[in-house]
Amino acid sequence: MDLFEYQGKQYFAQYGIAVSPGDTADTLEEAIAVAERIGFPVVVKAQVKVGGRGKAGGVKLADNMDELKLHAGNILGLDIKGHVVRRLWIERSSDIKKEYYASFTLDRPNKTHLGMLSASGGVEIEVVAEENPDAISFLSIDPVRGLDLETARRWVAEANLDEVAREQAAEMLVKLYVCYVEGDCDLAEINPLILTPDDKVHALDAKVTLDENASYRHPEWDAFRWSETEDPREMMAKERGLNYIGLDGSVGIIANGAGLAMSTLDVVNQAGGSAANFLDIGGGANADVMAAAMEVINSDPKVKSIFVNIFGGITRVDEVAKGVLEALKRVDISSPIVLRLDGTNAVEGRAILAPYLNEKLITEPTMLEAARRAVELAN
Amino acid sequence: MSIFVDENTKVIVQGLTGSQGRFHGLRNRDYGTKVVGGVSPGKGGTDVDGIPVFNSVKEAVSATGATASFVSVPPKFAAAAILEAAEGGITFIVCITEGIPAHDEALTYNRLVEEFPGVRLLGPNCPGIISPGKCNIGITSGDIALPGGPVGIVSRSGTLTYQALHELSQQGIGQTTCVGIGGDPVPGTNFIDCLAAFEADPETKAVMMIGEIGGSEEERAAEWIKANMTKPVVSYIAGVTAPPGRKMGHAGAIISGSKGTAQAKMDALREAGVYVCANPTEAGQKMVEIVRAL
Repeated sequence: MDLFEYQGKQYFAQYGIAVSPGDTADTLEEAIAVAERIGFPVVVKAQVKVGGRGKAGGVKLADNMDELKLHAGNILGLDIKGHVVRRLWIERSSDIKKEYYASFTLDRPNKTHLGMLSASGGVEIEVVAEENPDAISFLSIDPVRGLDLETARRWVAEANLDEVAREQAAEMLVKLYVCYVEGDCDLAEINPLILTPDDKVHALDAKVTLDENASYRHPEWDAFRWSETEDPREMMAKERGLNYIGLDGSVGIIANGAGLAMSTLDVVNQAGGSAANFLDIGGGANADVMAAAMEVINSDPKVKSIFVNIFGGITRVDEVAKGVLEALKRVDISSPIVLRLDGTNAVEGRAILAPYLNEKLITEPTMLEAARRAVELAN
Repeated sequence: MSIFVDENTKVIVQGLTGSQGRFHGLRNRDYGTKVVGGVSPGKGGTDVDGIPVFNSVKEAVSATGATASFVSVPPKFAAAAILEAAEGGITFIVCITEGIPAHDEALTYNRLVEEFPGVRLLGPNCPGIISPGKCNIGITSGDIALPGGPVGIVSRSGTLTYQALHELSQQGIGQTTCVGIGGDPVPGTNFIDCLAAFEADPETKAVMMIGEIGGSEEERAAEWIKANMTKPVVSYIAGVTAPPGRKMGHAGAIISGSKGTAQAKMDALREAGVYVCANPTEAGQKMVEIVRAL
């Protein structure tokens, strides 16, 4: 789960990381109240989960109430790359002497944690990595040992942070690491981490991705579930507990297993079509799950055919077949359904469906043939 | 020969008294696997369909001589169960649990490496390992595998593993061992571990490698293949059409920025001399062709 900037800052604050005083506002009235409370000058920042909001006019400085009203009014409702701004973060403006970069993430190849620190912050770290890789100081951290203050001190010196910033930065890095580990982040990034003219170090931005697998031990994450313009199909799928990702094509996909579901998108593409979604019904799916999956896919007006691709393992194909019939009873499915059924109890499953097959309920013997048929029907 | 397990491997099931552990543990035994015990704290002295249950791995190991463990416990308890297995003397741990927090995985992996260097972990979030006709630990249906070799299979995805087994078995091509390494960001066993074992196994003549988007394990495997592998490798990478920034079902299947794309993986593998195929069926056909020409 990606956090909005304001949520990331709230999360950082819980771990003692210095951020600018500020608050959220969903309306112009709220924006005025926040600015009055924290005092001018303020920065008005669009809360969207997409990069490039500054260039799109989503970040503005306001020195007084007139400017605040102008900017807040303009930014609320602004469309930034398809993301409509519904919430603002308004914070006290900071003067900047230096901009740094700091982050922690998982180093997958080395199976350790990776710290990245740079004295050249404020721009995308990918750009720095490309143009001036020596400007980034990498630190590999053994998860068993963690990061101590001594190591952090050596690290800030190595990264060439300004002398005056080093001790504060080292302490903040240790706090950020604690936030990253104890807070179960996939990514905890501060860009820029700034040094102010009065030599204070603090986080001016926050980019945090939380590991959903750890949500059972973070009840506080419930407060972060507020979302912007989420795909209504995805919201419907989430309510039904389905592993669904909305896409733009016309072939609805239902498969068991993440790998097979991904592969199903690929073969639909190879057959000249495009998938409307990714949907993994997982192992042991029953009639209820099938019905829920069909319902979600059926709600998508772009869907012109549905491809059900099942390789039974734990999932028994006869159960899937019963589920399809059950789903057809419960939901009025408008698109033709093409099924490919293999694996555990496939013979029984096909036999169950046999009496019901017609031009809107079709089985094909292989994954590729089923993909071609589904694409043909969609196009 | 098989890799990592064989017909003599004695297996305990951690979580045997749970519904999943019981279902798969008994299926594994029915397949012929030597399932010699189960572990469920507080349920020692009972049994599951004749399989004795112990309170701890240590007790189970000393009573049965087991060397392998099948961990089938909920995500909250999985990291502790893996470490308990290692501490109890198990040397091959298969963890099928899906949904373990990434930080727990990273910590557990490094603790195993540092404190129990002789222990191999397979998974988490994997279908397990099957050496057809000899040993099946995990959730793979034994009836889709065919004994006798000569193909070794290694895969990040469960259902695509079944698909690969199916494509080969249907054509009468058997497998030496089929290893599901799992779809999580910190797998205990990676492609290279399996490729090296298959390369060293005289009965394995060719290897099928199934990857997917996310991370760079396939690229690293490609480098290893280029430098070390003498046996033919056929590969399929899932997720060519996956959008960036979204976790495609598996926690590890995500394109981050421009990193982890299927295209980059396919290019690296092709460059290493691997036969890269567009879908599982094509990969199966290519492998059949290779094996028939051996």
